Amino acid sequence: MTTALRAAWLIAAKDLRTEFRSRELVYTTLFFGMACVLVFAFAFAAPSGDAIAGVLWIAVLFSGTVALGRTFERERQNETLRALLLAPVERGAVYLGKLIGLMILLGGLELVLVPIIGILFTAPVGRAPWLLAGLLLSGTLGFAAVGTLFSAMLSRVQSRDILLPVVLYPLTVPVVIAGVEGTAAIFAADPRFDVARMWLAMLIFFDAVFVTLALWTFGAVMRE
Amino acid sequence: MQRVIVPGLLAVAALMFARAPYLIDAAPYESTMGLVQKIFYFHVPAAMTSMLSAFVCGIASVLYLWRRRPAADHTALAGAELVVVFGVIALVTGPLWARKAWGVWWQWGDARLTITFVMWMIFVAYLLLRRFGGPGSEVMSAAVGLFGMALVPFVYLSVNFWRTIHPTTDVVRSLPPEMAWPFRWSIVAFVLFYAALVLVRVRLERQRLALDEAYAALEE
Repeated sequence: MTTALRAAWLIAAKDLRTEFRSRELVYTTLFFGMACVLVFAFAFAAPSGDAIAGVLWIAVLFSGTVALGRTFERERQNETLRALLLAPVERGAVYLGKLIGLMILLGGLELVLVPIIGILFTAPVGRAPWLLAGLLLSGTLGFAAVGTLFSAMLSRVQSRDILLPVVLYPLTVPVVIAGVEGTAAIFAADPRFDVARMWLAMLIFFDAVFVTLALWTFGAVMRE
Repeated sequence: MQRVIVPGLLAVAALMFARAPYLIDAAPYESTMGLVQKIFYFHVPAAMTSMLSAFVCGIASVLYLWRRRPAADHTALAGAELVVVFGVIALVTGPLWARKAWGVWWQWGDARLTITFVMWMIFVAYLLLRRFGGPGSEVMSAAVGLFGMALVPFVYLSVNFWRTIHPTTDVVRSLPPEMAWPFRWSIVAFVLFYAALVLVRVRLERQRLALDEAYAALEE
């Protein structure tokens, strides 16, 4: 178990090192997230609590999809996916490593996006910072857990760019519902922290089930 | 064996569907909605068959991922296609009824509507992946089937916290006997028809695979 976790960490560190050298994903996903926020700033005349929560989550999920598509694309381009799968570690470790690398990247992205949204929409992002961070991280984990699995499977498919969102968005509807509702409860004029905590509990429950399922499926699917 | 079962199922289902309009006509009018409520006898059985098919697809997908038997994959594919087909029936009859009963075609934030629509989307994604995924798509779509089935409780929970205007399942139990009889009749007709379609589709897929293999053998 500890060797698998160590292998997962090594894979995540490798991904982050590659990313740190090119900074391709950091720059592009961050700018893409900001472009999403910009579009929504014009789409809504005067967004209120609910709409701002929606803008935040859509920006996170859309830029998350861009990042998801790239993590395995990089392995495919360099023909290193097979090498990664041939490594003498459990399949689950490869999956976990990719997931950890992605989570660190998306966590960093959210760290920048949330203050920007707070400034641009005068949203009360500092009202319950830990609760908001919990919602965002558990929501991102649920999204990335399903996304990493399908991104890995689709890496060998020609039309992967379009098939990933087609599959991913319907499957992550509960994450969007729970995330947006929880965040809206914090941002509302009359904040309901108990409601936000309930949605957070549901997100954690979702994460536990979907990470477990994805670990099993990754092992069953990436056999060859 | 299948030569007897499929035509038998189809014949019984056809007779039942032919008889259903008379039974539905004979059922009493609902006190507030009147004639509009009659759509219930097809809307609910179609939605139930669609959900049943989602579970057929999900369980077959898990079996396929685990054992890799082609039969499980064929069943999953048949299940996914029929979720979409019966889902369309439920999703078309639902808004028609809603427009008259609630005054709107669609109500976002309603538990049952949202779950049905999300499930339908997931199985459309399954078929898209299958169609455009190229070689190996059956494994990927099996993962979609598995996740789609696992998702049902979550979508159900998350939308149930919202206010709902759709009748709950308790309605079915509290139906007066004159309404319950044509309703059960319709359910049996839909399920028999569904079973026949699954069997036919599985056989078709099996034959298609056999044909592909025969072609491949011929070319070698």
